[in-house]
Amino acid sequence: MNDSSGTTHAGSDPLIRLGGVDKHFGDYHALRGIDLDIRAGEFFSLLGPSGCGKTTLLRVIAGFEDVSEGTVTLDGRDMKGVSANKRPTNMVFQSYAIFPHLSVAQNVGFGLRKLDGTKAEKAARVAGALEMVGLAGYGARAAHALSGGQRQRVALARALVLRPKVLLLDEPLSALDKKMREQMQVELIRLQRQVGITFILVTHDQEEALVMSDRIAVMFEGEIVQVAEAEALYRRPASRRVAEFIGVMNFLPASVTGDTVSVAGLGEMRIDALQSTARSDGDPVAGFRPETATLLFPGQDAPDRVAEGTVQEVVYYGDMTYYDVVLDNAEMPVRISMRNVFGRPVLEIGTRTRLAWSPGAITLFR
Amino acid sequence: MLRGYVLLFLAFLYAPILLLPVFAFNDGTAIAFPLNGFTTRWFAEMTQSRELHAALLNSLMVAAAASVLAVLLGLAAARANVRYRFPGKAAAMGLVMLPLVLPEIIVATSLLVVIVQFLEWPLTLWTVTAAHVLICTPFAVAILNASFQALDPAMEEASIDLGESRASTFRLITLPLVMPGIVAALLISFTISLDEFIIAFFLTGSDPTLPVYIWSLLRFPKLLPIIMALGTILVILSILILTLAEWNRRRGLARAGVKDTGGFL
Repeated sequence: MNDSSGTTHAGSDPLIRLGGVDKHFGDYHALRGIDLDIRAGEFFSLLGPSGCGKTTLLRVIAGFEDVSEGTVTLDGRDMKGVSANKRPTNMVFQSYAIFPHLSVAQNVGFGLRKLDGTKAEKAARVAGALEMVGLAGYGARAAHALSGGQRQRVALARALVLRPKVLLLDEPLSALDKKMREQMQVELIRLQRQVGITFILVTHDQEEALVMSDRIAVMFEGEIVQVAEAEALYRRPASRRVAEFIGVMNFLPASVTGDTVSVAGLGEMRIDALQSTARSDGDPVAGFRPETATLLFPGQDAPDRVAEGTVQEVVYYGDMTYYDVVLDNAEMPVRISMRNVFGRPVLEIGTRTRLAWSPGAITLFR
Repeated sequence: MLRGYVLLFLAFLYAPILLLPVFAFNDGTAIAFPLNGFTTRWFAEMTQSRELHAALLNSLMVAAAASVLAVLLGLAAARANVRYRFPGKAAAMGLVMLPLVLPEIIVATSLLVVIVQFLEWPLTLWTVTAAHVLICTPFAVAILNASFQALDPAMEEASIDLGESRASTFRLITLPLVMPGIVAALLISFTISLDEFIIAFFLTGSDPTLPVYIWSLLRFPKLLPIIMALGTILVILSILILTLAEWNRRRGLARAGVKDTGGFL
């Protein structure tokens, strides 16, 4: 894939390349040997728990933090010594940082002040940017009178009006309520497709990352532990820790003998029949997602294999019901999510039940 | 019980000050009850004194220069304190704030010794101004600290991110957003310098400031009612300036949409 034909961002060269990036804050080792390529036009997410270094990495790309070691290459240019105001990146801050003493139009036009062009041209660009984020006609309003969602749109318009090579988003949705957040997720995806600019999103919300991103880098303690597309990340996590961080996974003790594995409550299966194998960083366990197994109702047949157990807990969500089932020969319950079907009763606690499952949905962590 | 205590406390604080206007309008030179009748002639006599005018002008010049210098120093100190981490910061800030609690008479004496004995400077309004900068700066720092703390660091970063330099960011973003704090610090420093007596008394040469001039009048009992009239005006002026400073500070906070975290009133 890597041809070095001299042309920049010709599809093969990444737009951003981080090579061996280390960052120390005094004694604190915030980033450890980050190697990462981000392609032009990608919606890329940096996902991890708080303190994992994802925001520091974003600020390194923006130029707000120097690297202690390593290189940052942006659009073929080494960014060493290039300050934040000279980089082709723009940022949407977590607090939005809308200038409260300026109007909406002055906020959006702030970065245009130094650029060439007539007043009319700049005003037209500002109006265009406001229209793009759904705030057409808001230009004359005072910035301090805006709602949270509107502030975020202004922050987006203010960054996008400069047509940056990369838009950096630092937890942009964390200050919004759930409804607004889901709406903005969809709008951000739409916006990114519309402008074709590379978006890099920092988030601690795995669902948000899965919904929005083309690719996701999962970070723990200053290291990138996996880079993958959303589905691959969900289905084939690189380690037990990633699997636990992304969504819900059931873990059952497992023991490996040769090319077969014996899983508590499920029985024996061939390792090459499993979905994937990954790192455990501990005792071997088998994991599967709640939606990959099904509880069988009386009269239903199993497409694959069946285990038996007892319902220990029922959590009713309206459209879904979560059942915690203790399988025979297993100690810990597994969580099974079932879509509720009209006319089918919800099982009661204590009911004996059959669980249909498939080795093809199981990941072995060893 | 508690209410009674509060009333007593407030009376103790303000009753003496309330006596100022009472005797300023009393038709008689004796500062004693019973009152003799209403007059405005002390205010009229006050406007006739050329020495008083000169002293007032001196005080205004000293207060203006001292407050501007104190706020410039305070801006640098407060920004460094809030935005940066550096070794010895706590000690440096402590020393900047120390004049708040140092006995003024000690500060005045030591300054007098340094200026006269070591520097061998003549005592002028400049020496008074320099000393007033020393005692006004902690107040300016305290107010501006609050202003910078209320300012989201992302504001400055956003401006830089959008292509501005550090200098233009300070001018376009930082300065306008901390302006209410600057105005409040200016007004409070001005008031402190205007009212300050001990240091001015020690460091004044032949040009007295207003408080020093008032003190010199005390030797002439006949002139006491004029001092009462002058005092009345000064108290009202001080309260007005402080109210203005606080109103301006709160308005600025409300405009920036941040929570009120400090301030003197």
